[in-house]
Amino acid sequence: MEKRKVHEPFILMSKRAEALPAWKSWGIRLIAFLLSLVVCGFVIMAVSGLNPVQVYATMAKGALGTSKKAWVTIRDTMTMLCIAVGLAPAFKMRFWNIGAEGQILVGGIASAACMIYLKDLPMPVLLLTMLLASLVAGGIWGFFPGLFKARWNTNETLFTLMMNYIAIQLTAFFVSLWENPFGSNSVGIINSQTKAGWLPNLLSDGYNGDYGWNVIIVLTVTLIMYLYMNKSKHGYEIAVIGDSENTARYAGIRVNRAYVRTIILSGAVCGLAGFVAVSGASHSISTATAGGRGFTAIIVAWLAQFNSIVMIIFSFLIVFLQKGAQAIASSYNLSQEVSEMITGIILFFLLGSEFFVNYVIRFNKGRKVRK
Amino acid sequence: MAQLMALLDSAIAFGTVIMLGALGEIIIEKSGNLNLGIPGVMFLGAIGGLIPPFFYELGGGSNPIVGILLSLLCSLLFSAFGGIIYAFLTITLRANQNVTGLTLTIFGAGFAEFFGASLNKLAGGVGQISIPVTSAGFRAYTPLGSMGGIMKILFGHGFLVYLALVIAVVLHWFLNHTRKGLNLRAVGENPGTADAAGINVTRYKYVGTIVGSAIAGLGGLFYTVDYIKGTWANDGTVEGLGWLAVALVIFATWKPLNAIWGSYLFGIVMWSYMYVPGLTRSTSELYKMLPYVMTLVVLILVSLRKKRENQPPASLGLSYFREER
Repeated sequence: MEKRKVHEPFILMSKRAEALPAWKSWGIRLIAFLLSLVVCGFVIMAVSGLNPVQVYATMAKGALGTSKKAWVTIRDTMTMLCIAVGLAPAFKMRFWNIGAEGQILVGGIASAACMIYLKDLPMPVLLLTMLLASLVAGGIWGFFPGLFKARWNTNETLFTLMMNYIAIQLTAFFVSLWENPFGSNSVGIINSQTKAGWLPNLLSDGYNGDYGWNVIIVLTVTLIMYLYMNKSKHGYEIAVIGDSENTARYAGIRVNRAYVRTIILSGAVCGLAGFVAVSGASHSISTATAGGRGFTAIIVAWLAQFNSIVMIIFSFLIVFLQKGAQAIASSYNLSQEVSEMITGIILFFLLGSEFFVNYVIRFNKGRKVRK
Repeated sequence: MAQLMALLDSAIAFGTVIMLGALGEIIIEKSGNLNLGIPGVMFLGAIGGLIPPFFYELGGGSNPIVGILLSLLCSLLFSAFGGIIYAFLTITLRANQNVTGLTLTIFGAGFAEFFGASLNKLAGGVGQISIPVTSAGFRAYTPLGSMGGIMKILFGHGFLVYLALVIAVVLHWFLNHTRKGLNLRAVGENPGTADAAGINVTRYKYVGTIVGSAIAGLGGLFYTVDYIKGTWANDGTVEGLGWLAVALVIFATWKPLNAIWGSYLFGIVMWSYMYVPGLTRSTSELYKMLPYVMTLVVLILVSLRKKRENQPPASLGLSYFREER
């Protein structure tokens, strides 16, 4: 019998039969993270001639060095976390809400509008109104893509993307409407004298405020979302739809209703992030209020596999890196954008590592092919 | 009349940026990959096209042809590199396309703005890069364009404007009238079937993504060397243009020829706020929503009418893994 030549690929990949134990999968992610730090180290060395170890030390100092810096890092972690928590339910049901950017902005606009027009209300009432207004605004921004997706299966990725730009132009409109001082093309600090509508200090009432309320609000939302996703009927429906829409339909879940409900929820929480950003951080509104965080938070939610609690870690990691990189930039006279570049490289590695968590690779060592 | 001419002129320049971006994205999406990294890729192409002529002219080079060639080559390499990262992660490692694309956008923006700002520092003086020789070369046109009026609109642009048109036509021909184009579309519609028919899905996806990225990168290149005349500003404009290019793909319903008029129409709409009477500074911001609203309307209409030839590729956004069929 003649021998037939059979071409066998050198590398064989297949899905793991059973999921890796948690410590192994997190080990893989940790290795990827460390590898990415090494690569970033080389990049930093190549472009600046600096010793990477020294650079990472500067990063840590820049992000957490003083209590003020640490509070800013915590504040931004909380904003990021809030957005990621908001995105998670939508993404878990495979509704690609990349419109967080816009939902944050409309939430921010709603908060700023309350700060400007309702500044005479008593403080707790004003804050509560702002909070509700931002939830509603974000929810509305989520409602339209959700409705069209449910009704006519309109592509939600592209829909929400367009809604971002509509929100950006809307923000630009309000910025020039509320411009202060005239001609500055910015809103400036709203109510800088009365501090009406600013989240108050929690621990001290010194000049350099803490951001305790940001932490309380966002962690509460995180916890509620965790319970909603894991312990409620709605959360269960989301999980089923995410796995298979047809199964969900067969099981009697009203998929369309779940779509609209979930995206409204998702938008509302992102709108809340806008409230936290305006009332709890910048006390102003601009087209940069969202600042790309709506996109970064998607990656945070994805890496945490939509687990609200794990998102705390990833939000902190990303914000820490960004703050640290900004510190490098200012102390070594590099440009700020180095932080975006480093974030990008690290995320590439973390995304790539998921493959090794989910798949096995075998190398084909020229075994005999059975007939 | 002069106003109309000025509007058309800026619309064509503006349109070319997003047309190139959209044409690149069309190839990528036709191969089944929804690449949200287009803004990042355009950033990479933009900075790649700026670095070599900057050093060339800094070193006293004065031949525009050399500057242009260096610029083109490096721009293509940079943006193709962005495409390779995306392709490797999504096709080989099967990472999620949307998330990978967004990461590519973050990375590309960071990379370009980091080097842009560093070059601005290197340039010293007023702290602004400029590549007068190369940029003038990119913007040169034949005497026909100097005749003014309609001739200026038709012939008075740098060669990249016409290259974009050529690419659009070639792409139309490639996708609709060649075997390879048909294969590429098959891969985007149903990779399982394509695989069974003996088409190398992985190769088509890789080549589609990388070539598409290189073309999209040209959009970024055109923006820096022609549109803003060979300078660099860290204001994130390229990112906005990149998203607009993604929007244009929908607006053109994935057809290269539609992208031609679509991009010029976007340009007209984008710049017409300067000529619409009665707009204040704040209401002009509302007016600038128009291109995005237009795209939304098209997106909705496409999904309402459900005409088969206007739909996105069927398996857009999904990774393909043979063993999982």
